Amino acid sequence: MKKLALIIVILSGALLLYATKDFPPWGDPTSPASVHVSPRYLEKSLEETHVPNVVTSILADYRGYDTMFETTVIFCAGVACFMLLRKFEVEQRDLYYRHIPTGITIHIKGGKEIPSTSGEFEKIDTIWTPYDFIINTVSRFLVPFIQLFALYVIAHGHHSPGGGFQGGVILGASIIVLAIGFNLRTAVKRFGEKIDGIMSALGVFIYSGVGALCVLLGGQFLNYGVIAKVLPVGKAMARSHGILGVEIGVGISVMAVMVCIYNNVASEGKYDEGL
Amino acid sequence: MEFFLTHLVAKYNFWLYIILMMIGLYAMIAKNNLIKKLVGMNIFQTAIILFYVSIGSKKGATIPIIEHSGKTVGHALDPAHYVNPLPHVLMLTAIVVSVSTFGVALALAVKIYQRYKTLEEDEILTRIRES
Repeated sequence: MKKLALIIVILSGALLLYATKDFPPWGDPTSPASVHVSPRYLEKSLEETHVPNVVTSILADYRGYDTMFETTVIFCAGVACFMLLRKFEVEQRDLYYRHIPTGITIHIKGGKEIPSTSGEFEKIDTIWTPYDFIINTVSRFLVPFIQLFALYVIAHGHHSPGGGFQGGVILGASIIVLAIGFNLRTAVKRFGEKIDGIMSALGVFIYSGVGALCVLLGGQFLNYGVIAKVLPVGKAMARSHGILGVEIGVGISVMAVMVCIYNNVASEGKYDEGL
Repeated sequence: MEFFLTHLVAKYNFWLYIILMMIGLYAMIAKNNLIKKLVGMNIFQTAIILFYVSIGSKKGATIPIIEHSGKTVGHALDPAHYVNPLPHVLMLTAIVVSVSTFGVALALAVKIYQRYKTLEEDEILTRIRES
């Protein structure tokens, strides 16, 4: 099997290497990929959309359909993870608590819980984790800065590298930092499962809603120019605002799906303890 | 010597990506562990992403963010001055989609592990035959 695989790999690799003979040299400005449609994007983007970052304007405006269904693919991935792994029945098993003032670990058999109203006890994972003050504090302090940076990346995507996908992933990382630094229960308490599901659908809804708004205002689907009828701006600036709305939708959806995938895979769908 | 200059030095990026891609393909075919197969798939995707991004590069060009004053360019814009933004757009979405497909693949692997208590392909096959 391994030898067969090696033969297949070497053969197809040799074929591909032979095919590079016909490729343009690296960095050639007149290569076929760079002469047909991209010069038009580069020349007209600022004039038509007032977005200097051409990547953003192509992503959300010229190729808006592509990005919309890309967002739908991500949403479907989140739903697929949820459907495959999520388990709702709670199995009876031993629980571990830490008595906070003394640091003593208590093992309770038979799945009886200590009510969370007594503030002296803290539930901990089955694989014993020592209380780590430095990791807890640093991850707690990091979260707002990560989120601020993510919002900057989303909102400033028109003028600097960034946009909905990147900002959404960074926002999701800020929740995952909580889940790794503390434990999964803390993260789920802060950003609940229901909110997560609603937000992953809300992002796709905002994206297609901006497109549908254009239809309601009398234009084509995802042709943001007609938003100028309801906003006191010119047609090109309306496109810029439409792109911002779409990017916000992408960001929300990507964030929620990243958190959903992490929670489901890390806890095998039980949402009680993660990595 | 001339062959080296025209084919290898000028296009060594494509050679590197093809080698990387073949490493991924080999892992997908020959490795026995499902997680290793998934990592091979990710290496394969990374090679494709690098390939696309390098197609869009132009020598001496800058990132595709247009220099402007106010809302107009103000001077004649030369497309050769900015790299091709189209491959960047396509790969931007491809990266996030590859992350989510990897998540779904991991979820499937978790399911397989829960059912057969192993991730080795041959052991899974023997367990399917036994049952």
